[in-house]
Amino acid sequence: MNSFFSGTRLRDMIRAIRACKTAAEERAVVRKECAAIRTSINENDHDYRHRNLAKLMFIHMLGYPTHFGQMECLKLIASAGFPEKRIGYLGLMLLLDERQEVLMLVTNSLKQDLNHSNQYIVGLALCALGNICSAEMARDLAPEVERLLQFRDPNIRKKAALCSIRIIRKVPDLAENFINPAAALLKEKHHGVLITGIQLCTDLCKVSPEALEFLRKKHTEGLVRTLKDVVNSPYTPEYDIAGIADPFLHVRLLKLLRALGQGDADSSDAMNDILAQVATKTESNKNAGNAILYECVETIMSIEDNGGLRVLAINILGRFLSNRDNNIRYVALNMLMKAITVDAQAVQRHRATILECVKDSDASIRKRALELVYLLVNETNVKPLTKELIDYLEVSDQDFKGDLTAKICSIVEKFSPEKIWYIDQMLKVLAEAGNFVKDEVWHALIVVISNASDLHGYTVRALYKAFKTSSEQESLVRVAVWCIGEYGDMLMNNVGMLGVEDSVTVTDSDIVDVVEIAIKHHASDLTTKAMALIALLKLSSRFPSCSEYVFSVPSIPCNSIRLMFFYHRGTAFFLSCIKRMRFQLRIKDIIVHHKGSLVLELQQRSLEFNSIIDKHQNIRSTLVERMPILDEATFTTRRAGSLPAAVSTSGGASLNLPNGAVKPSTSLLVDLLDLSDDVPAAPSSSGGDFLQDLLGVDLSPAPTQSGTNQVQKAGTDVLLDLLSIGAHPVQSSSSTTDILSPIQNEKSPIATLDALLPSSSLSAQATSAKAAPVMDLLDDFSPSPSKPEDNGSVYPPLVAFESSSLRITFDFSKQPGNPQITIVLATFTNLTPNVFTDFIFQAAVPKFLQLHLDPASSNILPASGNGSITQNLRVTNNQHGKVFLAFTSKSIVMRTRISYKINNKDTLEEAQINNFPRDL
Amino acid sequence: MIQFVLLISRQGKVRLTKWYSPYTQKERSKVIRELSGVILTRGPKLCNFVEWRGLKVVYKRYASLYFCMCIDQDDNELEVLEIIHHFVEILDRYFGSVCELDLIFNFHKAYYVLDEILIAGELQESSKKTVARLIAAQDSLVETAKEQASSISNIIAQATK
Repeated sequence: MNSFFSGTRLRDMIRAIRACKTAAEERAVVRKECAAIRTSINENDHDYRHRNLAKLMFIHMLGYPTHFGQMECLKLIASAGFPEKRIGYLGLMLLLDERQEVLMLVTNSLKQDLNHSNQYIVGLALCALGNICSAEMARDLAPEVERLLQFRDPNIRKKAALCSIRIIRKVPDLAENFINPAAALLKEKHHGVLITGIQLCTDLCKVSPEALEFLRKKHTEGLVRTLKDVVNSPYTPEYDIAGIADPFLHVRLLKLLRALGQGDADSSDAMNDILAQVATKTESNKNAGNAILYECVETIMSIEDNGGLRVLAINILGRFLSNRDNNIRYVALNMLMKAITVDAQAVQRHRATILECVKDSDASIRKRALELVYLLVNETNVKPLTKELIDYLEVSDQDFKGDLTAKICSIVEKFSPEKIWYIDQMLKVLAEAGNFVKDEVWHALIVVISNASDLHGYTVRALYKAFKTSSEQESLVRVAVWCIGEYGDMLMNNVGMLGVEDSVTVTDSDIVDVVEIAIKHHASDLTTKAMALIALLKLSSRFPSCSEYVFSVPSIPCNSIRLMFFYHRGTAFFLSCIKRMRFQLRIKDIIVHHKGSLVLELQQRSLEFNSIIDKHQNIRSTLVERMPILDEATFTTRRAGSLPAAVSTSGGASLNLPNGAVKPSTSLLVDLLDLSDDVPAAPSSSGGDFLQDLLGVDLSPAPTQSGTNQVQKAGTDVLLDLLSIGAHPVQSSSSTTDILSPIQNEKSPIATLDALLPSSSLSAQATSAKAAPVMDLLDDFSPSPSKPEDNGSVYPPLVAFESSSLRITFDFSKQPGNPQITIVLATFTNLTPNVFTDFIFQAAVPKFLQLHLDPASSNILPASGNGSITQNLRVTNNQHGKVFLAFTSKSIVMRTRISYKINNKDTLEEAQINNFPRDL
Repeated sequence: MIQFVLLISRQGKVRLTKWYSPYTQKERSKVIRELSGVILTRGPKLCNFVEWRGLKVVYKRYASLYFCMCIDQDDNELEVLEIIHHFVEILDRYFGSVCELDLIFNFHKAYYVLDEILIAGELQESSKKTVARLIAAQDSLVETAKEQASSISNIIAQATK
């Protein structure tokens, strides 16, 4: 025992650790020490127990594992002497927390110590209980703590009060037992007891309406009097801080008064005078005084309205805001955010100062100020405020740009008075900080642009100019590329000039330059490149002047006889056609360039688009028609995510996706099929659009639900219609065949279709492919490589949900040949020491998924992970492997609800699981 | 409520940690790593508050040590600065112009002091004198026990000679 108190060994260890030059050395020293401590523990060495524990605490602080010392804490706590208990409790608080089960073993020792005759030992026990007690311990020991609230020594009373706070936070049901003893503490003179008693009452008010009502009725006046006494108390050296007697007590009294005054006119009235006195008389040149003023302002803002007091409070905040101390300015901004709901006008007066704070060098202040500015914006001041913010965006720190951009975008979207202003501001933001703009923001911008038909020309020209200066901003590039694809002709012909803009002279090759830069830029990601490819395809038919002649040339290495024909139409015309053809050739070059791309999507697109340009002149112009005007309402609902299947509800809803860049939320194929069932003539009106969707969508086999075969055939028919390839749809032969099955029948639709296609090399491949993707029908592509999941590939198990009481893990498997269906084996593990009964697991999935739950293995879940329940879930993903123009496929999401009973008490847990492997 | 108290040296070494809400060991090291990255890099003139994961961290530097307390969103930051100062003053009085080395070699005593100031993440005592008195009383209890033990072992040693 002596050796510890002389301190040499602990001291030596700390010295040895501090002398280590490298982390490896330190680890070696710690390892050696830990080994020695373990041996000592195994030998049950009493004399060195506390020294070992002290060393372990130091090792623990360095971040090494020390769980093997936990039992030593318990042994020390159980020993008789104060020194052992003191270090034992310290170790308990440091090495354990409320979630460790070892802690339950200490409940009995705690109970004994709470009843100990030595008040310091009682104090130790209270302190440990207050810092780490769990809900169960709180229940077990609440009566002891309650009794100690009336202990003779004030130092125990204050500890018991704080301990009670922890207890009612853990178990709010126990609150009512504490109301009376807590209220009794409010009459104490000892500051420690008073402070802790007030704190306890504040917490009681939070968890128990009865406590709030009781304290409001009986104690408001008493508290006001106490505050008055403290405010007017003469100099007391013991509690004095910067000339104020016990600012901690001030702050806590004000906090409790706030809780009592909120929503109650009478008690608010009772405290008006003293609040006014605190607000006017407190010295504001020291931090302690400001802390009180700050609390006082918050109380004034929260209690029932008193005009005069509020003016006083706002004035204090104004003074804070112009203070040179950053701390004070920070709290002022913080408080003004709360004040804005009370008196927006008064806060608006400080707008200029707040705007300056957005540009402060201190990140915390900037963040607060930006949030405040965001709240201050309204229809009348949106223009100047946005201008200020955008100007600042140019010079702001990189790490602040993200926040700033998000807020500006949000402000602009919310308050924009007119579309042109919105587009202008968004373009500025994109040009300045496009890399920080979130996807949904630029998606929204595209929707707005699409809707502003009179601004198409203006926008595309503005984007073209912006691109020239800021081509490194990814979102800007995407929007620019999209608009150029859609409205490229307006860029060249200066269509729809507005008075405000300067005309630009842009040639077709300039336009292709832009897209080429975008596609070749090393930093461009897949989405950008894909959008650029589509833009190129669209551009190839945007200039109609003589296109029909050029297009009528079957392949681009052109037919000299036809050129002769052009020649007869006049030299100028001939030259212009040559130019056009060069233009076409260049587009084709860029597209073809990607046929060797390592990214499957780009490669496939490149091949498809190339063949469209080469061989499908007759349908190209329909294919690449302008997108119909995107529907803002649908976009908004989709963005909000409230209606996941909005599109499919209306059979003929136009597809409002910005170039397919937003994930469609429902199976487009199904949409299309619905149409063909109900309205046979529908494809004729908007065939181009649907075809476009087909181009993007149909890369995978259609859903294999019952009756799908029928549907699939219909789909093929529509496709045939749209392509106008066949003389008539092949319905006659399709009635008996199943294109999904590997029948290599000449009568199968694929084969029939194949015969109609210009190229003949498809037949062998398409018929041999088990389920030839519809896309392949367009041309002679080999079937897309079979997807890895077809072979039932292995997915890592997933911890789908974990709370303090329950863990769910998912193991995935697939049946070979059925990639849409995922078998999920859910395993539930109980992490608490109590048995769960009536265990029910429920799950829901979005509409594109189907879920089938098999019965669970049991409805009783044994405690502490001693066994588990398993349950099979079968998820069918209709969108499986479907690749949209956005090049992303939809993965599974699931919302779950788990209900069970612990000790016959109902418990409900809910969770959303969206971390499923992407390609399920 | 104070969620946790951290003392970090300028080199990023942890000198004291006290957790009033449950964090696993892994979370604890992550929190410490994250916060020392944010706090140690902040300039001297900036405000003493950092917003972090929906909470606020109030920190103050004393010589080579950063005292950090993490509080809820609606707590009074200025008051927490006072609590930090209160703690430092009591340490100073107890150790006699405290320095980082005192806190390294007598870390357990620093914890004892903290336990007399905060329980359950709430302030326990606003009088420095009372805290000092309580610590002194407990220290002397330990001293007495130690003397008794040594005298007993002397007696035993003599008796068995």
